[in-house]
Amino acid sequence: MNRVALLIALLPVVAHAGGDYVSIPAGQYRSVLNYEDTKGNNTVARFELMKTPVTNAEFLAFVQSHPQWRRDEVPGVYAEKAGYLAHWQAPLELGDAAKPEQPVTHVSWFAASAYCEAQHARLPMWAEWEYVAAADTTRRDARSDPVWRESILGWYSKPSTSPLTNVGQSPPNVYGVQDLHGLIWEWTEDFASMLVSSDDRSQSDSNRLKFCGATALTTQDRENYAVLMRVAMLSSLEAVNSTSSLGFRCARSLPDPESPPKELP
Amino acid sequence: MKRLLLAMLLSVTTVTVCAAAAPLPADSVLQQTGTFTDQSGRNFQLADRRGHVELVSMFYTSCTYTCPLMIDSGLGVQHALTPAERERLQILLVSFDPKRDTPAALAALATKRKLDPSHWTLARTDADHVRKLAALLDVRYRELASGDFNHTTGLILLDADGRILAKTDKLDAVPDASFLRAVRKALN
Repeated sequence: MNRVALLIALLPVVAHAGGDYVSIPAGQYRSVLNYEDTKGNNTVARFELMKTPVTNAEFLAFVQSHPQWRRDEVPGVYAEKAGYLAHWQAPLELGDAAKPEQPVTHVSWFAASAYCEAQHARLPMWAEWEYVAAADTTRRDARSDPVWRESILGWYSKPSTSPLTNVGQSPPNVYGVQDLHGLIWEWTEDFASMLVSSDDRSQSDSNRLKFCGATALTTQDRENYAVLMRVAMLSSLEAVNSTSSLGFRCARSLPDPESPPKELP
Repeated sequence: MKRLLLAMLLSVTTVTVCAAAAPLPADSVLQQTGTFTDQSGRNFQLADRRGHVELVSMFYTSCTYTCPLMIDSGLGVQHALTPAERERLQILLVSFDPKRDTPAALAALATKRKLDPSHWTLARTDADHVRKLAALLDVRYRELASGDFNHTTGLILLDADGRILAKTDKLDAVPDASFLRAVRKALN
């Protein structure tokens, strides 16, 4: 009886704790990225994704236990000294400009990866992020709905100087994931892989030489500006960069339920 | 005379030990952890490569288009150097393709291209460390559905402590003049 009471007492705490993961079922979707080899058809295996982006408070706890990621300790190859956690008052103090429940920003890809690794997780792949971000509150793929597109685009017209809201303020999408749109940009594991060129027909032969396999990339869904802006922004970054509106959340792979059990000898 | 020789040897040893013991500079890519395996099956860490100026690039053995050119351009840099300079330069190529590039596959390519194992290291590591090294070097790549890779190429010059000194994206048996100047300067 006591145990039940304890469980009930704990439940709300667990529900509100940061870093909760939501299980995402496997599926297929059309990517805005139309690679020659995939034709825009992506298959995503089931995985887990954090319900909300990592907050300043959560990242502070990580930096406290992993001092090599303090802004005054981090090697320059892993984060630009000038930008990394620049909005915190001190290496181990958030201060007024960084509220505990705001998403952490000013983090490099290396720092974001290290945070996820410490959680036995990883950053989501772009395809995983795009797949989950295609959903609204009731549909797994709401992208063809002009009303939904408009509502997402609304965020981009907000001045970037306005302070970030706390995480978890937006309605959960059909998977139960929040804040994929309208709050921050988010690192993905493969941010450097998208190789978008503004016009792939204009590449000179010398440029073409840089690519082994000569696969061009075109973006097929030109109406989906909000997602295309993310692709363009992520592609322009280097892994040491950090900005005031770029944060992250972590993901975890799940074992494939379809894989056949090992045969007995 | 013998004593003098011994003293000289000792002082050289001391210098080497000190260099190895000092922490790597903050801007050294050799700080990246992870186990790499070379074409002879020997495991190493990037930090083990400290002490030599080297050219680094990323490739995969089944690539038929730009990767052979990348090896040509590494050979081209070697050929443009004096024998003494050539002796001091190491070349490290790390594969994008941990699934197919086993040490045996790396060794087969090294043999085919007659790459001198005392100066050329062809290496593999796991997918996670491939991504981290690519991020450190700002090499962009994507695995295609066919198992091939779309990637940027070029040679990156590291100093003996693993700091990036210069890059070239010119793939040619005749090296880019300014890149070659940077290699020479680093070696002398």
